[in-house]
Amino acid sequence: MPVRLYLNNVGKSFTMHLQGGTVIPVVEKVEFSVNAGECVVLGGPSGAGKSSILKMIYGNYRCDEGQILVTAGDEIVNIASAEPRKVLRLREDTIGYVSQFLRTIPRVSAEDVVAEPLIAQGTSEEEGVDKARSLLSRLNVPERLWTLPPATFSGGEQQRVNIARGFIAHYPILLLDEPTASLDAANRAVVVRLVEEKKAQGVAMVGILHDQDVREQIADRIIDVTGFSAEAAA
Amino acid sequence: MNAFPTTDPLLQVHNVTRYYGDRIGCADVSFDLWPGEVLAIVGESGSGKTTLLNCLSTRLAPTAGAIEYRMRDGTMRNLYQLTEAERRLLMRTDWGFVHQNAAEGLRMNVSAGANVGERLMAVGERHYGNIRSTADDWMGRVEIDSDRIDDDPRSFSGGMRQRLQIARNLVTRPRLVFMDEPTGGLDVSVQARLLDLLRRLVADLGLSVVIVTHDLAVARLLSHRIMVMRHGNVIESGLTDQVLDDPREPYTQLLVSSILQV
Repeated sequence: MPVRLYLNNVGKSFTMHLQGGTVIPVVEKVEFSVNAGECVVLGGPSGAGKSSILKMIYGNYRCDEGQILVTAGDEIVNIASAEPRKVLRLREDTIGYVSQFLRTIPRVSAEDVVAEPLIAQGTSEEEGVDKARSLLSRLNVPERLWTLPPATFSGGEQQRVNIARGFIAHYPILLLDEPTASLDAANRAVVVRLVEEKKAQGVAMVGILHDQDVREQIADRIIDVTGFSAEAAA
Repeated sequence: MNAFPTTDPLLQVHNVTRYYGDRIGCADVSFDLWPGEVLAIVGESGSGKTTLLNCLSTRLAPTAGAIEYRMRDGTMRNLYQLTEAERRLLMRTDWGFVHQNAAEGLRMNVSAGANVGERLMAVGERHYGNIRSTADDWMGRVEIDSDRIDDDPRSFSGGMRQRLQIARNLVTRPRLVFMDEPTGGLDVSVQARLLDLLRRLVADLGLSVVIVTHDLAVARLLSHRIMVMRHGNVIESGLTDQVLDDPREPYTQLLVSSILQV
């Protein structure tokens, strides 16, 4: 299977200017690749830099060193040096991000929140909302909530709305940031099936998953992030 | 439908500098703005963000530097070399300017409908019935009841005035809109409604926007890119969520860490 994502010698640290310029090293010499149809899970204890790696791939955190190469259509883009508008473009059609935290927007209904990424890719509004409803239903979000803005939903309901939003569109690369944290067993099983469907479509995935059982079901490979620890290398 | 087509920039800003006597308003600012892109300029008061906005919108001539704009015919023109007539036409039709204080952007002693219709007449619309129905349509899009069309904006609340000002600006289908603290001074609930409205209109119309705000939440919700200003200089810029989630400069870290959590 073709390589979709390649991290080459990636390094990251934070400089905390408000704490007297303390430099906090996060990761160093991160190197791995992900093929189409493969799910790679990042392992290691909290604070090892798993989230930072995921956020650098999405362009949400800056990458200080190295390259993050992404196959987008017939070109290869280095996220670490791409212009903002290029990164936004990639987020629209190439890289998706599934997180457990929903950033609610005032007055936008749950089904519209979910349908938005699909509509942005060119699907009609009607088809987008249809697909949103079927995903919300698969994730057991009660139908009476679909037309309401999620700001007042419970934490679990918001999380499932956000999972639906993350899975609705097709992205060749999908980043999973603890999508199953605090979900019940039935909904965890739905997420596992959604991940399997994406694999079958050839999507390359990188995930952080603390649930042992979910991890065993979907991970093709586990990469221990402690091997990239900046302190260990120093 | 693609929000970020690969085209040429709409606005190119080269080393724009403005002095007030020997005091710096803004110094050496350069950036490009593409069609459909929303750029937020953030910083505390006195950082030069409004000076920069006024230079960009030809309301204040820069001391040095150049600003080029792509006209509807595709040619790139230096804004400060346009004739006065060309500049006025641009401001009345192809551009919008949303002021913090709606009274500055509206004519307070003519009706709401006329406030919207006036900009249409500037682009050559003469048929009264068409003007009125378009004005009515736009009042609806900014959620003002059509039975208020003949009232003048003095009788409107702050939130309604702001929405009317937005309708007045957008009715001519501008390509570039400047906004100066558009949600400043409004109640939070009114702010949320206005932000949602702005977000939708900007996306639906594919507008390019330069928005000045000191509110980082507004910048996060509306903008694709952000420029942080301090003492007249741009100290940090980039993708909005990257600058806010991984700020690099000491001042930006201070700004981000000063947000109150609710």
